[in-house]
Amino acid sequence: MSQSTTDNPHHIDVKEFHPRARAAIADPKVRQNFRKAMDGLISKRKDAFEGWDLEALRDLGANVRLRALANLPDLLEQLEKKLTANGIYVHWAIDGDEACKIVRNICVARNARTVIKGKSMVSEEMELNHYLEERGIEALESDLGEYIVQLAGETPSHIIMPAIHKNTGEISELMHEKTGTDLSNDVEYLTASARQQLREKFMNADVGVSGVNFAVAETGTLCLVENEGNGRMTTTVPPCHIAVTGIEKVVGTLEDVAPLLALLTRSATGQHITTYFNMISSARKPGELDGPEEVHLVLIDNGRSSIYQDDELLDTLRCIRCGACMNHCPVYTRVGGHTYGTTYPGPIGKILMPHLIGLDEGRHLPTASSLCGACGEVCPVKIPIPDLLVRLRQESVDGDKLNPAKVRGHGAKRGSVEAMIWKGWSWMHARPGAYRFGTAVAARLRKLQPGKLGGWTKYRTAPKLAAKTLHERMKERGQ
Amino acid sequence: MSSRDTILQRLRNRSGGDLNVPDCDFAVLKRQPSSVAERIEQFQKTIESVHGEVHRCSSENWVTQLAGILSDRGAHNLLIPAAHTIGHTLRDSGRDDLPELLIYDEPIESWQPHLFNEVDASITSTRGGIAETGSLILWPTPDEPRLMSLVPPIHIAVLEASELYSTFHEAMLKQNWASGMPTNALLVSGPSKTADIEQTLAYGVHGPKELIVLVIE
Repeated sequence: MSQSTTDNPHHIDVKEFHPRARAAIADPKVRQNFRKAMDGLISKRKDAFEGWDLEALRDLGANVRLRALANLPDLLEQLEKKLTANGIYVHWAIDGDEACKIVRNICVARNARTVIKGKSMVSEEMELNHYLEERGIEALESDLGEYIVQLAGETPSHIIMPAIHKNTGEISELMHEKTGTDLSNDVEYLTASARQQLREKFMNADVGVSGVNFAVAETGTLCLVENEGNGRMTTTVPPCHIAVTGIEKVVGTLEDVAPLLALLTRSATGQHITTYFNMISSARKPGELDGPEEVHLVLIDNGRSSIYQDDELLDTLRCIRCGACMNHCPVYTRVGGHTYGTTYPGPIGKILMPHLIGLDEGRHLPTASSLCGACGEVCPVKIPIPDLLVRLRQESVDGDKLNPAKVRGHGAKRGSVEAMIWKGWSWMHARPGAYRFGTAVAARLRKLQPGKLGGWTKYRTAPKLAAKTLHERMKERGQ
Repeated sequence: MSSRDTILQRLRNRSGGDLNVPDCDFAVLKRQPSSVAERIEQFQKTIESVHGEVHRCSSENWVTQLAGILSDRGAHNLLIPAAHTIGHTLRDSGRDDLPELLIYDEPIESWQPHLFNEVDASITSTRGGIAETGSLILWPTPDEPRLMSLVPPIHIAVLEASELYSTFHEAMLKQNWASGMPTNALLVSGPSKTADIEQTLAYGVHGPKELIVLVIE
């Protein structure tokens, strides 16, 4: 797993969530940038579903994804068969490292020195850029936000809007310093400069790497959603196109794409549809005048088949990566995307990353939530994110004997004192006599209750025990 | 065992057992029947809201409208399909107010810098449109290759009003896409755009800065 690569320049200790959160909350610029962006996205999403039976559409989206997951191995085989028949090479990778090797081998076989990339979160998950650059292959991001983030030597802070943490002034300074553009707050000028810089790169790139939003088994079609046109450039201009995607992105039929596309763009950015919906089913055929002569698909597992084993955790794999959960998350909006230290930030990151990096490494992710439920309410495919957060919290303390913990690194947060307290608690609650005695004693001794209870009372006042227990009061009322 | 077989075996031997296959009710995507005029109106409103431009024409006057659009923008040349009627009509029009007409009849490798740096505008046909999302359906062909609608700064698309569908769902079913997809199929809904710099919209970031639709009624 890439997060454990120690020589990685982006290496961040995921466990250090709390110091990063404190620093982010104390930084008014981070809070301003995110608040402004998220408020805009929340209202645009709301407007975009105007006139829709949103619940029926979300039900359909959820069912289409569940149906695909129910047939996952068959659909993957069907997809492979179809793509191969269409002349697209299919590769399988157990983890990010193997996927990186596959991409590199394709580059080496073609003697490729430069790779241009369309936006792909899976390639971030693989840390492909770093891998290729260490081996002498230049990997350049072409999505404007990703390009900015790469110039800054950072990682994306949002899965849809990678540079959302920066304002125009910061981007202008960055581009001035790294590419020699004039200092300017004119977004049109900055965008036009990036267009010029990247057009040269598109013309000279040996390989284009993109992600995939939906892979259609029925027709062998790779679907990509984008606004800029860099995705089309990446998949059309270089002589070789490599698409990388998680194994869960497959759907059965082309018809399944219709509701998912309707949900994805509206949930993500409040658009009825993105500027481009790009459907690729083949490499350049004889007689065609452009398009890559070679197309590859790399299917990546990287922990997904483990998630697949469990009925409850499986819902995590429904995700279509719209980012609505983070846009609506009160924690994400305040701490920003980088605080999480993971490829996928926000609520979806909190339920997905523990599987990818282990619950020991990601122990603070499931608790970085107020369980307000907004993420679950807006999820276009109805992933019960709050329930999954609770499940992972249980797993991180090995909390439930009836449902033994399964996730790698489970039990990392289990403390012997806390475990003992809960054991006593459950013993007492199973014995009415002991319960009555215990609560009566606690009520009598309430003056001795400590006012400070560690993290529990750092930002809250501890609740005070009542002078009489509920049982005693009910008895007084003669009931 | 290969990675492929390992992954498939892990999925097949799922510890939770077989999963239920839920029913999928697509009724929520169905729309009330609408007239061509209503669909044109919805298409125009939606695509204009994302900076696309619509000109309503007839099969007699579209070339005149096109000439006006191009001269307003000072385009020096126009990339046209060689075999499609659009190309024939333009070449046979005998007009002197059209810019130089170019044809994409060689593999991209032989003229890439020219296409990227010298071509001002292109015109392509469409395979229909979608009213609800203001989208054009493009299935590039050897006559109208993929980069034609992407690289030049102005893309002009010709849409027959009779080929305007209500929704993407309806279009793919009526045109029976499931029976076979082309090398590349596209929905294009406006000019290229980005909001990656502080959510400020800017057009023409990688693809065309302008998308102009000639709706033939």
